[in-house]
Formats: sequence, structure tokens, C-alpha cells
Amino acid sequence: MALVNDIAVWILLGLGSFFYLVGAIGLVRMPDLFTRMHAASVSETLGAGLLLLAMMLAAGWSLNAAKLAVILGILFFTGPVATHALAQAALTAGLKPQLAEDRTRKNGARAAKRGGGK
Amino acid sequence: MRLVSLWIVLTCFWLLMSGHYTGMLITLGVVSAAGTVLLAQRMGIADSEGHPIHLLARAVIYWPWLVLEIAKSAWRVTWIVLDPALPISPTLLRVRSSQKTTGGRATYANSITLTPGTISVQLDGDDIIVHALEKAGADSLEDGDMDRRVTWFEGAR
Repeated sequence: MALVNDIAVWILLGLGSFFYLVGAIGLVRMPDLFTRMHAASVSETLGAGLLLLAMMLAAGWSLNAAKLAVILGILFFTGPVATHALAQAALTAGLKPQLAEDRTRKNGARAAKRGGGK
Repeated sequence: MRLVSLWIVLTCFWLLMSGHYTGMLITLGVVSAAGTVLLAQRMGIADSEGHPIHLLARAVIYWPWLVLEIAKSAWRVTWIVLDPALPISPTLLRVRSSQKTTGGRATYANSITLTPGTISVQLDGDDIIVHALEKAGADSLEDGDMDRRVTWFEGAR
């Protein structure tokens, strides 16, 4: 039983680290701030979630596991708020996202506006 | 009723964080939880928005669905990041949020942000401006499935 638990912990640790790595690679590869935030949200959600899940399994049925669960909950409530604040601050500061298509235009045209438009 | 529930939750939180179960520390926890409830009451934040117990039953159904959505879209973004061609098509779009309460609308905007591949950038009246990493993600958001689920989640209040 302990062996099964250990194997599960290692698998979850591996997967969580993998998604953190993916987030980091995406952070480097993406072209602008907004797309970079999409990459970072992979590590923020799946990466952090799986790592905390692994730690909860390693801690066993104890107080520490419950505390880790609280951390996970707080992370999932505060993470999007911080992300939204950053995105809105960037937009308000006048940073224009590089877009393949802008569907917020009033003319209702769904036609793609290519070439890094506004 | 709501205050008693808040008091119980805060006391449980104290017990969870302290981990020392001697008579004096538990008493201190119970008393400070009561003090916090009193302060929250005076500040007027112990209302249905600050302590939404009525959402608990629906949350049990909504959250697992949201976690599944997060896992699915994180997997998609992972493939995009690892694809040598980096097939992104960033899209800015406007989605209507049909929630009535501010808490419901915040839940919808946060759910959008929490799902990798879409970020809610700005609230504009009843609309949410969303930045999506690819057109497919923008399309699925425009279908309004998540909007309907959050509206169901906030309930008819």
C-alpha cells in the first residue's frame, strides 16, 4: 500500500514538474505579454495543482494534507484575480495585444485582421 | 444563521492552522473567531457575497466540471507550446455574461481566466472582454456553455 502511494506521488510530482516546464518554455516562446500569460496559466493551474496533490498524498491523512488543500483552494481563488489585474493593467497602460483576429470591433465584421493589428 | 456558520468555519480554520489542541489555545481560537465575526458584521461584509453558504451545494457540482475544463484546456495549451510551429491565433472577443449578481459575474470572469488559453481582460457593463490564445478557444467560449453553467451556479437569487 505504501509502495502504491509512493509511486502515485512520484507520478504526480513528475507530471506537475512537466507542466511547470511547459509553462516556462511557453513563457519564452510566446510573442507578447498576453500570450505569455496563457502559457504561465498552465503551470499556475495544472502544475501547481498536481504538485500540491502529490504533496497531499505524501503527507497522508493528516493535518498537513488539510493545510495543503487550503493552499490549493487559496491559489485557485487568488490566481485568476492577479492574472486579470495584470492583463487589465497592461491594457489600460496602452499595451496593444498582437492579434490574429479582433471580434470586439463594432462593425461586427468577423473577418480576420492579420499582421499584428490592434 | 449566516453568522453562526461563519463562526464555525473560522473556528475550524483556526484549529486547522494551529494544530495544538490544548484547552487554552482552543478557547483563544473560539474567542478570536467570535471577534472576527463581530468585526465582519460591523463592516457589513458578512453578507451573502462575503460568506456565500447558499452556493455550497451547487459548488460541489460546478467545481469538478471546472477542474475538468481546466485540465482539458491546459492540455491543449501544452500542445501548442510544444508544437515547433507555435500555432497560435490570438483573438480578442466580447462575451455576454448572463449572471445577475456581481458574485456570479466575478465567478464567470474568474472561471474564464482560470481556464488556460482564455483571460478575461476587462469588464464592460454586461460584457466581458476576453483574450484567447487561439480561435478555437474563442469559438467554444462564444458557445456560452460556461456562461450557462455559472448562471445556474449562482442560482435564482
